[in-house]
Amino acid sequence: MNFKINRDKLFRAILYGSAFFLIVLIFGFFITFILESSESLTKFGFGFITGKQWDPVDGHFGALPFLSGTLITSFLGLIISFPISLMIAVFLSEYFYKGFFHNVIKTAVELLAGIPSIVFGFWGLFALVPLIREFQLSIGIEPYGVGIFTSAIVLSIMIIPYTASISREVISMVPTDVKEAAYSLGATKFEVIRKIILPYSGSGIFAGALLALGRALGETMAVTMIIGNSNSMPTSIFSPGNTMASVIANEFTEATDSTYVSALIEIGLLLFLVTALINLVGKYIIKKTVQF
Amino acid sequence: MENQVLNIQNFSFYYGETQVLKDINLSIEKNRVTAIMGPSGCGKTTLIRAINRMHELTENTRTEGIIKLYNEDIFELDPITVRRKIGMVFQKPNPFPTMNIYDNVIAGYNLNGIKLKKSDKDIIVEDSLRKSALWDEVKDNLYKKGTFLSGGQQQRLCIARALAMKPEILLLDEPTSALDPKATSHIEELIKELRSYVTMLIVTHNMGQAARISNDAVFLYLGELVEHGKTKKLFTTPQDKRTEEYLTGKFG
Ligand SMILES: Nc1ncnc2c1ncn2[C@@H]1O[C@H](COP(=O)(O)OP(=O)(O)O)[C@@H](O)[C@H]1O
Ligand SMILES: [Mg+2]
Repeated sequence: MNFKINRDKLFRAILYGSAFFLIVLIFGFFITFILESSESLTKFGFGFITGKQWDPVDGHFGALPFLSGTLITSFLGLIISFPISLMIAVFLSEYFYKGFFHNVIKTAVELLAGIPSIVFGFWGLFALVPLIREFQLSIGIEPYGVGIFTSAIVLSIMIIPYTASISREVISMVPTDVKEAAYSLGATKFEVIRKIILPYSGSGIFAGALLALGRALGETMAVTMIIGNSNSMPTSIFSPGNTMASVIANEFTEATDSTYVSALIEIGLLLFLVTALINLVGKYIIKKTVQF
Repeated sequence: MENQVLNIQNFSFYYGETQVLKDINLSIEKNRVTAIMGPSGCGKTTLIRAINRMHELTENTRTEGIIKLYNEDIFELDPITVRRKIGMVFQKPNPFPTMNIYDNVIAGYNLNGIKLKKSDKDIIVEDSLRKSALWDEVKDNLYKKGTFLSGGQQQRLCIARALAMKPEILLLDEPTSALDPKATSHIEELIKELRSYVTMLIVTHNMGQAARISNDAVFLYLGELVEHGKTKKLFTTPQDKRTEEYLTGKFG
């Protein structure tokens, strides 16, 4: 008897310990970032976020081009990816919920999630960049090939599995009797999907999109290879640019003086905060919209 | 026969290779309540789900014979049309959880993309809720979620939702089996009152309920229609030995 109680206590202690450990870890993370970027933080203050110029040789460290780069590529990627992912999810859960076709597409989506990002980078570089260059030539703009738009497309493909698989899961959780009620009133399959299934699974789908966005915000390798690594403010979605993650990856090994290193770490801190902020806002929206 | 709403002729039903309804013949008259009785698994649900072609949502089902709604074979109509004309109430109350009470009642129109003026909708909603004896209880909370209602109220909401489409027939599949006795008797009263508006087919394995609310009764056994007649007659002088055994509790 006593032994059983003790074991229970021990188990609880381990659970508490693990949870506590995680909090300490995140806190420690945060402290390290702040300490390591303190030089840049004190030197540039808020101007770091609003500064449009990043010129380490002249000592200009403004991160706005990268902040914009990250937000534009990620949101654009999400906008392109979302409808495709949602259609895949609906297709898998309502039209082909079993059988050969279902398995082929489901496996393809799963494979997509397992492809290393450097492979996406190569694919973007060798397959997509020439196409985009053609397109840019045809509409008469500077044919960079690489850039924000190219990155957004590659990101949109990379994040499909996140929205698609979570959406598929929540869509398949819509109770059969609720769907049947709609059919019994004379609704067509399309009407049931649009007016019953999607509203029911809306917040879950939103959570999937949020996860996908988080993935896009932090994606480093593929984007670094195809965004063009330009440090000036993007002027159009076809401009070459840099994201927060790609500029760190690209310049960290070259950063020689301490201000430069500290500024790059501050970009890391900024990325951390932006991701956290978007997640918090998303969670808040989900909470506000869950109605049942 | 003018009064004949539904006429089922030589109807058989198969799940894959298994035949679960065997050569059913049944005609239903207007503004009457017909109880479908029979032991569990005898095919009651299958029969009423075939009447509004809900069985087509299940894979591998096949039917033989015809089911006429007035003079048209439902299998020659569009299933959408059939389902708008034949309403259904399910075993477990299933209001739409994303919608408020008002939208639940008018859902048939919204789902089908039928545009109505707000004033027309208001009339339909109030009328349907009055018919389902729910109006007084919910009239001040029309814009609250239907899922906050009690089980019995939810089931009456589902009845209102079906009535809103002004169906020719209302199919009810054991509508009280998930409810407590008080809610059950409330629904039974309601069904008696609704008779003047709509023809009803109600599946029940509660014999008392069948006796209380139905005009006619059908006894199904192992997929066969054993007996059909006036409820009183079927209960007092059953013609078939199997009906008698069922009524005296020998099986089911
Ligand atoms: N989807 C299905 N697939 C195969 N067999 C089924 C299915 N649904 C019901 N059945 C079978 O059909 C018979 C009749 O079922 P049902 O109509 O639900 O009976 P009841 O409503 O009278 O209890 C049962 O033997 C049941 O096992
Ligand atoms: Mg049943």
